[in-house]
Amino acid sequence: MSLSVSLFIILIVVGNTLAMWWLIRWTAKPKPGEATQGEVTGHVWDGDLAEYNNPMPRWWLWMFYLTIVFTGVYMALYPGLGSFSGVLGWTEEGQWADEMKQAEAQYGPIFKKYASMDIPAVAQDPKAVKMGQRLFATYCASCHGSDAHGAVGFPNLADKDWLWGGEPAQIEQTITAGRMGVMPAWGPILGAEKVDQVANYVVTLSGRKADDAAKAEAGAAVFAQNCAACHGAEGKGNPMLGAPNLTDNVWLYGGSLKTIVKTVTDGRQGRMPAHGEFLGGDKVHLLAAYVYSLSNTK
Amino acid sequence: MAHDTQAAPIGHEKVERNVGLMAVLIVIVVAFGGLAEIVPLFFIKDTTEPVAGLKPLTALQLEGRDIYIREGCYLCHSQMVRPFRAETERYGHYSVAGEFVYDHPFQWGSKRTGPDLARVGGRYSDDWHRVHLNNPRDVVPESNMPGFPWLFENKLDGELTGKKMATLRTLGVPYTDADIQGAKAAVQGKPEIEALVAYLQNLGTVISNKR
Repeated sequence: MSLSVSLFIILIVVGNTLAMWWLIRWTAKPKPGEATQGEVTGHVWDGDLAEYNNPMPRWWLWMFYLTIVFTGVYMALYPGLGSFSGVLGWTEEGQWADEMKQAEAQYGPIFKKYASMDIPAVAQDPKAVKMGQRLFATYCASCHGSDAHGAVGFPNLADKDWLWGGEPAQIEQTITAGRMGVMPAWGPILGAEKVDQVANYVVTLSGRKADDAAKAEAGAAVFAQNCAACHGAEGKGNPMLGAPNLTDNVWLYGGSLKTIVKTVTDGRQGRMPAHGEFLGGDKVHLLAAYVYSLSNTK
Repeated sequence: MAHDTQAAPIGHEKVERNVGLMAVLIVIVVAFGGLAEIVPLFFIKDTTEPVAGLKPLTALQLEGRDIYIREGCYLCHSQMVRPFRAETERYGHYSVAGEFVYDHPFQWGSKRTGPDLARVGGRYSDDWHRVHLNNPRDVVPESNMPGFPWLFENKLDGELTGKKMATLRTLGVPYTDADIQGAKAAVQGKPEIEALVAYLQNLGTVISNKR
């Protein structure tokens, strides 16, 4: 804050306070020629309604003076008079930092304790799981659902099916660094006919009957040539690439023939944003333990 | 109402009997607060200088912002993380004045029916925003936010995009001539949803998400 801005603020604040003091004095003081206490002012309304010129009760008047005293004390303690930062040195950031420090002292040791335990052990601790659940509700539920059962396009974390692997380290990695699933759009490459064939074949992979057996049979070759690189020759997927297992009848975007045709034609981009920087390692660890507990206890 | 008139009004009576004078005096008294609290903000570096790395919205993001305003998003969502632990834990670093220097008008909002959006950029995938804006209950069953399915059908024509940027430039947003000339081409024919998601994904990303 420059000196001139600071002086401007000080001038207004001090001037305003003095003006208030003057206003109270001026209105409270009897004026010459005015009706004195106990006399009527001479104003008459509705024929016979007159008024006394009695002063305001003393205590009321003193309350106004007290507000001025309050101003003086407040301006001395807290920032308000230009660049003068107040005797207490209070700042918004400082208050926030104090709050954070207090929370760190209170919760830090709890987080540290769980951070030093491995995830399966943390997942056995009911208190830790409860904490993880709270964190999940705050940071994860908008995509994965408050019950962690996911939604179309957003994985269910409570089943035993994993895109990127369900080992503790893999879960922690997923939360920390995020994941980027890339299913390319095969429509322009394969053409509608081959897409239809391979989609029919994919339906059979999960033990279901294809709409069109002949197409499914033709689709097997298309699959081996184009899809097996990521999804594996048997369609069991690859957690290194986030390529889903196509044989377990668990579908991220839906398993109907129509949806599979759409998935193959247009591709899919499943992105899990990285949370490591935002949440910090300790919270990620607890969250990973909570997610792990969903399919690994009971 | 009969009213006794005295010869010469004195003191307070003068003010009470002259509405014009009273109005002038009220304006002067009321102005003191604004003079001390608002006017200096126009001259303080913290509020007039952008934070490091702040860029004006791109043409597409700017159209997204206008959709944000048109659909009344600001009525339920604020864009202002206050410096309280409860907020920084959930949303990320508290907002600072320098982040809003190019906002005309700013979208701070005043009420949170939905969560704060000041740092929503990058927090969710583009796909999530598309699903969620089409019908929030597809991803958040408990949500009471309305769906905005028409954003997927409406297309931007970009007729006014350049003009808006030129106007913002007069308010101090550093758009270049190239930005303004290329504005129409950058947005024309794109669905509105794309603009809104681009705007949302940019929110609050200048300052690190760290608490």
